Amino acid sequence: METSLIAAVFATAITAGTPILFAALGEIFTERAGILNLGVEGMMLVGAVTGFMVAYKTGNPWFGVLASMLAGGLLSFIHALLTVTLKANQVVSGLALTIFGTGLSGYLGKAFIGQPLPNPFKAEKLGLLGDIPVIGPVLFQQDPLVYLSFVLVPLSWFFIFRTKMGLNLRAVGENPGAADSLGVSVSKTRYLYTMVGGMLAGIGGAYLSLVYAPAWMENMTAGRGWIAVALVIFSTWNPLYALVGAYMFGGIDALGFRMQLLDVQIPSYFLSMLPYICTILILILTTYKAQRNGVGAPKALGLSYDREER
Amino acid sequence: MNSPLTLEKRISTSAAASLVVPAVSVLLALATGAVFLWLAGHNPVQAYTAMFKGGFGSLYGLSETVVKAIPLMICALGISLAFRMQLWNIGAEGQLYMGAFGATWVALTFPDAPAVALLPAMFIMGVLCGGIWGILPAIPRAYLGVNEIITTLMLNYVAVLWVDYLVYGPWKDPNGFNFPLTAQFSPNATLPAFGDTRIHAGLLFAAAIAVLIHYGIKRTRWGYEIRVIGVSQSAARYAGMNIPKNIMLVMLLSGAVCGLAGMAEVSGLTGRLQHGFSPGYGYTAIIIAWLAKLHPLSIIIVSILFGGLQAGGFSLQSSGVPAAMVSMLQGAILFFVLGGEILTRYRIVFNNKTKKMGGKGTWKQA
Repeated sequence: METSLIAAVFATAITAGTPILFAALGEIFTERAGILNLGVEGMMLVGAVTGFMVAYKTGNPWFGVLASMLAGGLLSFIHALLTVTLKANQVVSGLALTIFGTGLSGYLGKAFIGQPLPNPFKAEKLGLLGDIPVIGPVLFQQDPLVYLSFVLVPLSWFFIFRTKMGLNLRAVGENPGAADSLGVSVSKTRYLYTMVGGMLAGIGGAYLSLVYAPAWMENMTAGRGWIAVALVIFSTWNPLYALVGAYMFGGIDALGFRMQLLDVQIPSYFLSMLPYICTILILILTTYKAQRNGVGAPKALGLSYDREER
Repeated sequence: MNSPLTLEKRISTSAAASLVVPAVSVLLALATGAVFLWLAGHNPVQAYTAMFKGGFGSLYGLSETVVKAIPLMICALGISLAFRMQLWNIGAEGQLYMGAFGATWVALTFPDAPAVALLPAMFIMGVLCGGIWGILPAIPRAYLGVNEIITTLMLNYVAVLWVDYLVYGPWKDPNGFNFPLTAQFSPNATLPAFGDTRIHAGLLFAAAIAVLIHYGIKRTRWGYEIRVIGVSQSAARYAGMNIPKNIMLVMLLSGAVCGLAGMAEVSGLTGRLQHGFSPGYGYTAIIIAWLAKLHPLSIIIVSILFGGLQAGGFSLQSSGVPAAMVSMLQGAILFFVLGGEILTRYRIVFNNKTKKMGGKGTWKQA
């Protein structure tokens, strides 16, 4: 009895953490290329609404996922255009993206509020793996998008730290001048990974509207995009740590929810505050530790690159 | 150089471009919005006409525009203080909510106090609560360099949830038919309005703050320090300026001003605290501060334009266009301004021509 409850809490933590994980993974790629995209929240919202609309109309949630990737990719293209080609301030452009995305998602989704999704993703047991006690129900009785994230996290780690393309990506984020002189196109790299980031943020949003809810509500991300940005700092720009952090946040989310079900005498408003307060505290701790260990952001993060000023 | 055109940095920013770019940006944003309206089966011309009429077309519309512009002005002025020091205070929304909370606490706790005591007390509590909400993220920023963008934003959610807890719980008006709002304030807790319009004394707050900020930044030693730190932290440190102290002071002031916006809103307009009383004023104010280039007078003017957008957005809803159209337009305006800004800092050079026309003067000064 006890173990099944614990397993249920952990399983919920993974479900609640997965949207943040996708978005954080995307932002790791973007920031590794030296681009700070604060539009994650907006891209997730637009991903959530387009994913829902397409899944609703076609009846196939995978088409929804594709649509959310497309939408996130398109929005991040605007950010890349503004910050890479037109050398605009990355902070302001990201904020504009969030504001625009919030508006756009509300505009597009008006007719879909409260509609149930006919065919959401469902949990599928992964053969024998799902029968392992405790671990099985936690890890291998999840929905397909969770499995996708299981594959994507180690792959991203391998790509970033063990391949030539990953090396180029990191070089562009650390020292674009050097990367440029070695024949790596700084702007192409930045466009590419900003859009990879947007697509992953789109999937993160779609996870909310296709699995977690599964429905469309205005502002349904409720700050998860910003938590993902914080998570990138926590993860020291490493996909593996992002996974740990995302499930931790998922756990905090799930905990609040569980406590409500268990009829704990704390008003739900305070439980809902937990993820935000924890984000602040964790960010403070992370920054403190990073300063002492000397692990920092990619050196060129947030700076536009001008070849003439190399 | 093989690309057909390159960007060349201007020695000084172009004055013409910095006037033309925002104007063209607004038009382009409206055009973008028109495409979305048209795709959703609305008539863009009708929609924009309704919007313009709603915001600027009548005396009532104009007064509503100013009413919406008041919190925008105050918040944008508060934000501009922090932005000037390159502190990204994205927390105006939360600071506004906390200011409204502080003022409401006074109004509900001392319902029988006279106006001369009540209004100043509400003012002080609003400013104080907003200021605390501003300095909270400033402390870890000042001493550890903790990213203030994320912490100020996270605190927005906390503040909104806190106010929701109050208006859905202990502060809910027992005679309010279960709506999430507090009881109506006493007349003594209400800021006076101009004539029979809904424009309230918060407008005077905004004007006073604008003057104070203009004077403080341009004419005082402290303002000079803020500007130096904003341009170069290392230069400021070299000159012996206390950066952590200034970070905390500026965020305290920034939050306090935004808190005042919340006080003015509940005391001057709604007369009570209610769920969702701000349609994201704190976020819109970020755009305004940026568009106005942090200049106090420009902030007032841009706020009125955005107030019109907000007021016009309400009249749009009656023709079936979602209110979210407004924040979409705001985001789009900012996109175009950001994109166009490059023309104020750089000039476009066409390579194939310029090589031959070397004598044209101004464009190879470096």
